[in-house]
Amino acid sequence: MLADKDRIFTNLYGFQSPGLEAAKKRGNWNGTKKILELGPEAIVDTIKKSGLRGRGGAGFPTGLKWSFMPKQIKERPHYLVVNADESEPGTCKDRDILRHDPHTLVEGCLIASFAMRAHAAYVYVRGEFIREREALQRAVDEAYEAKLIGKNNIHGWDFDLYVHHGAGAYICGEETALLESLEGKKGQPRLKPPFPANVGLYGCPSTVNNVESIAVAPEIMRRGAEWFAGIGRPNNTGTKVFCISGHVNKSCNVEEAMGIPLRELIDKHAGGVRGGWDNLLAVIPGGASVPLIPKSICDDVLMDFDSLKNVQSGLGTAAVIVMDKSTDVVKAIQRLAYFYKHESCGQCTPCREGTGWMWRVMTRMVKGDARAEEIDLLQEVTKEVEGHTICALGDAAAWPIQGLIRHFRPELERRIAEFGSVANRSMAKAAE
Amino acid sequence: MSLRRLSERQPVSFAFSAENMARVEKEIAKYPMGRQASAVIAALWIGQEQEGWVTKPMIESVAQILSMPYIRVLEVATFYTMFNLEPVGTHLVQVCTTTPCWLRGSDDVVKACKKHIHEKPHTISADGKFSWMEVECLGACVNAPMIQIGKDFYEDLDGPATEEILRELREGRQPKTGPQTGRHSSEPEGGPTTLKEEV
Repeated sequence: MLADKDRIFTNLYGFQSPGLEAAKKRGNWNGTKKILELGPEAIVDTIKKSGLRGRGGAGFPTGLKWSFMPKQIKERPHYLVVNADESEPGTCKDRDILRHDPHTLVEGCLIASFAMRAHAAYVYVRGEFIREREALQRAVDEAYEAKLIGKNNIHGWDFDLYVHHGAGAYICGEETALLESLEGKKGQPRLKPPFPANVGLYGCPSTVNNVESIAVAPEIMRRGAEWFAGIGRPNNTGTKVFCISGHVNKSCNVEEAMGIPLRELIDKHAGGVRGGWDNLLAVIPGGASVPLIPKSICDDVLMDFDSLKNVQSGLGTAAVIVMDKSTDVVKAIQRLAYFYKHESCGQCTPCREGTGWMWRVMTRMVKGDARAEEIDLLQEVTKEVEGHTICALGDAAAWPIQGLIRHFRPELERRIAEFGSVANRSMAKAAE
Repeated sequence: MSLRRLSERQPVSFAFSAENMARVEKEIAKYPMGRQASAVIAALWIGQEQEGWVTKPMIESVAQILSMPYIRVLEVATFYTMFNLEPVGTHLVQVCTTTPCWLRGSDDVVKACKKHIHEKPHTISADGKFSWMEVECLGACVNAPMIQIGKDFYEDLDGPATEEILRELREGRQPKTGPQTGRHSSEPEGGPTTLKEEV
């Protein structure tokens, strides 16, 4: 188990004050000036060497992403944009950082912006997180007051940080939709290329990072790339905030080492599966968008990007949704299908039409009101949606259903057979 | 996607209060010159806080203030689901029913709303104080099931706890926000397994 001294978010639960003074006691803002004195290249290099991969779901190497920004400011200003539009079902880690440990993020914004030669950053907080954006704004105000950020601050890099908010749209967690939304438009994803590092916010070079990715950067700089890279496994390094929800005895958020076995994570921190490990049916290991894995895989799978990819799922946002044997697993996935139907932005036809179609078929599958060959048809349609849309929402809508068919096809067939025999009986009765 | 249209019944006019206009101007100041459209969500949100819902005159007013075409503001108002396009109760109860909340019993929370507010969502209760609706994941999944009322989350609910919150609001009292069980926030029930001492 990760030792407390290796934890970055030492006020994750908010037992201490989120204020500046308490944050400084916890080590935030310690030697920030020295970090900036290393220069942008050295900072990017350290983040690269730490092996940090984006904490928002896709797992793209953060240092590499930072290195895509132009090395000199020309006529267009550079921007850092922080994605705090935390909306992936199962995920509630950024919420705790925003409300309990906001100075990790504010300091991270300064360091990351300096590394990418940005004098301004926007944090896009999901609209529903009203108390959370108030908490972040308090931390930003404190940082301005103490001259930690702003014009002529003590760190010698002019830097403005603004809190922006959305108004309820999952799609705005997609980086280019977020940029559109930040510009005051509907949150509909842009075609890439051009990538945000060339043409981002207001047509300027921009980088969009998840809250957690930015908030861990100061500690990586303070303790060194080797420290972070020494936690977890190669290519899957560092600590990660896991969100464990669903049928566990004690659902919780916890910061743990990457690569912790799923079973250990659930047993040690979440009080075990309700009714014991043998009562486990399946787990969605990385937020709603990744395919579920049945108990047989959960028994020994490790919680990191590569391990979960190897079992045809993903770490995503590390939101672990646990389902015990009492779960109607078809209904659980059908509800996610509704989610994607509701949240599709409507721009690409395969997603706009496909999410609705998949949800309607899934709704019939819950009852078994379908023909057996429709399982294959459903699978085929998920493949028609996946990879055929501008952004990954289409993929995200397809994968949970593919996971269900992959692991619970007999359950779908059983329901169809049962529904059919009942229907046949009532038809026979009507004919009498 | 969700299909959303403006209400057929609209007031004749809208104006930000002086205080809210100052808030809108503060939002506009966050963005570079000429990029005032970036403040459109914030402006509509402030308008909704003032009126309870987003009206057509409000959209026209925001368009004028931000020098945006009316259609662009209308698109934003209809795209983002937190904008209420019809009047709502004084307390709008938003029940998360996405899978993590559903697994932990959000059906019972919905039942409590049906019993104490109205059988149908988006319908104002007889006393005008409440309406309720189902919403998608609100991002408090380890404290499921949960609801949002106004600015606050009420977490770790079940049927009776939801009924108690609604009762208190009906009687004009402010219920305790956050987890309704003993726990502080997102730590495991009964005390954290990590960070037991100050680090």
